[in-house]
Amino acid sequence: MERDNKPAVVIGAGPAGLCAAIELKKAGAPVILMDENSKPGGQLFKQIHKFFGSREHKAGVRGFDIGKELLEESMTSGIDVRLNTEVVGIGQGLSIWAVENRTHAYTMDAAKIIIAAGATENALSFPGWTLPGVMTAGCAQTLINVHRVLPGRRVLMVGSGNVGVIVAYQLLQAGAEVAAVIEAAPQLGGYGVHTAKVRRAGVPFYISTTVAKAEGVECVEHAVIVKVDSKFKPIEGTERMLDVDTICIAIGLTPSIELAGLAGCKMIYVPELGGNMPLHDEYMQTSIPSIYVAGDIAGVEEASTAMEEGRLAGIHAAWSMGFLSEQEMLAKTDIARQRLLALRQGMFGFKRLSAKERIVLQGKSR
Amino acid sequence: MEEQNCMNGRIEKHPILGDLTPVQEVTIYFEGKPIKARAGEPIMAALLAAGVGVFRYTKKGSPRRMFCGIGRCTDCIMNVDGLPGVRTCVTEVRDGMKIERQSGVGIWRVSDSEGDMHGER
Repeated sequence: MERDNKPAVVIGAGPAGLCAAIELKKAGAPVILMDENSKPGGQLFKQIHKFFGSREHKAGVRGFDIGKELLEESMTSGIDVRLNTEVVGIGQGLSIWAVENRTHAYTMDAAKIIIAAGATENALSFPGWTLPGVMTAGCAQTLINVHRVLPGRRVLMVGSGNVGVIVAYQLLQAGAEVAAVIEAAPQLGGYGVHTAKVRRAGVPFYISTTVAKAEGVECVEHAVIVKVDSKFKPIEGTERMLDVDTICIAIGLTPSIELAGLAGCKMIYVPELGGNMPLHDEYMQTSIPSIYVAGDIAGVEEASTAMEEGRLAGIHAAWSMGFLSEQEMLAKTDIARQRLLALRQGMFGFKRLSAKERIVLQGKSR
Repeated sequence: MEEQNCMNGRIEKHPILGDLTPVQEVTIYFEGKPIKARAGEPIMAALLAAGVGVFRYTKKGSPRRMFCGIGRCTDCIMNVDGLPGVRTCVTEVRDGMKIERQSGVGIWRVSDSEGDMHGER
């Protein structure tokens, strides 16, 4: 097979993008990894908790240590990493439009494009939600774990999913008080291990409860929470005032599909994985030949699954560029797939597994 | 003053991350007042650590600070070295940087050619 000497361009240097670039580089394919941030690693460096899964999935290893390992691997392998580089468009014929240091724009033709743009945290609007002190849980997590600054003294966490309970615990570790974790659904949403740690620390959890409003002049001075009925309508008379200066929103993420949309990738709506996302097959190929997706953009899951999806995309791209034999590609793909399967186990994993199978089933017949 | 109401601070000790390691210090100026910042950190972190509660006001006078912290939402935009609309969560501090609150879309205080010399715009 003739080799394509145009580079594969990987967009986003988080766990998915780093792994995709590493696989391409290992196969000997020319690869360029672009990221708009000044540092690679995506959101890995704010994950200071230990990961789940088996040893191959870095279970028991903290997110930032996985980030360090991945960075070392990508640096020593000599991947062309372009930081402070925003990809602002993908044109016809796989051309990339990038802006470097926010001042210098250029275009480049790619042999393959792997979009690993991640996801964006969802907002929740309620009276007072624009006040200083209301922020996403991920924002608070970045502040405390990466920048080592406390966003506030006393925090209300809205949402009891994994992000909510993990960040609530990390806020406690950082020295903040957590006034409560509230959950609109009638049951808690996070892994028992994480939830139990926050509960043991004495933080109250309120189910069937939402935030009614935040009040304050120049910043949040208190929050009012309220019980909701089975249709999520607030029940009058159940309001309770909480003395907090910070309200963290942890109600889910939405895949960052802008670039894939610009490129014309077909989308599929999968609510359990965060909304609209590019349709893709079992090799992470989208409806456009030569454009792949991996990680949260292909359905919001976890850093560990993002890494394996990145590998799948990188392996297949390297094969289609002529840098791996079909046998090598299939063998490597099989390993990554087995790991993904193992990561998508259990009550939470099974829901993600069946959603992913639905996407791939449609993606195959695209 | 809102700076006092919205008190924040550095996390000096941490059970997982350990003690805050000293790094090179730079001085930035918020509304003319000098603030010590850690080299390499975003403007957002330095201002928050210094207790700045409001980063900007909308054209209707409503206060804003930060929301997503990773460059997506533009809640934290400020005027940096004369350029309005700079995302302070993804713009690193630089010694001597002048940061001001902006009102609405802000005022452009540098010429276009000068602006090209800066990072974020």
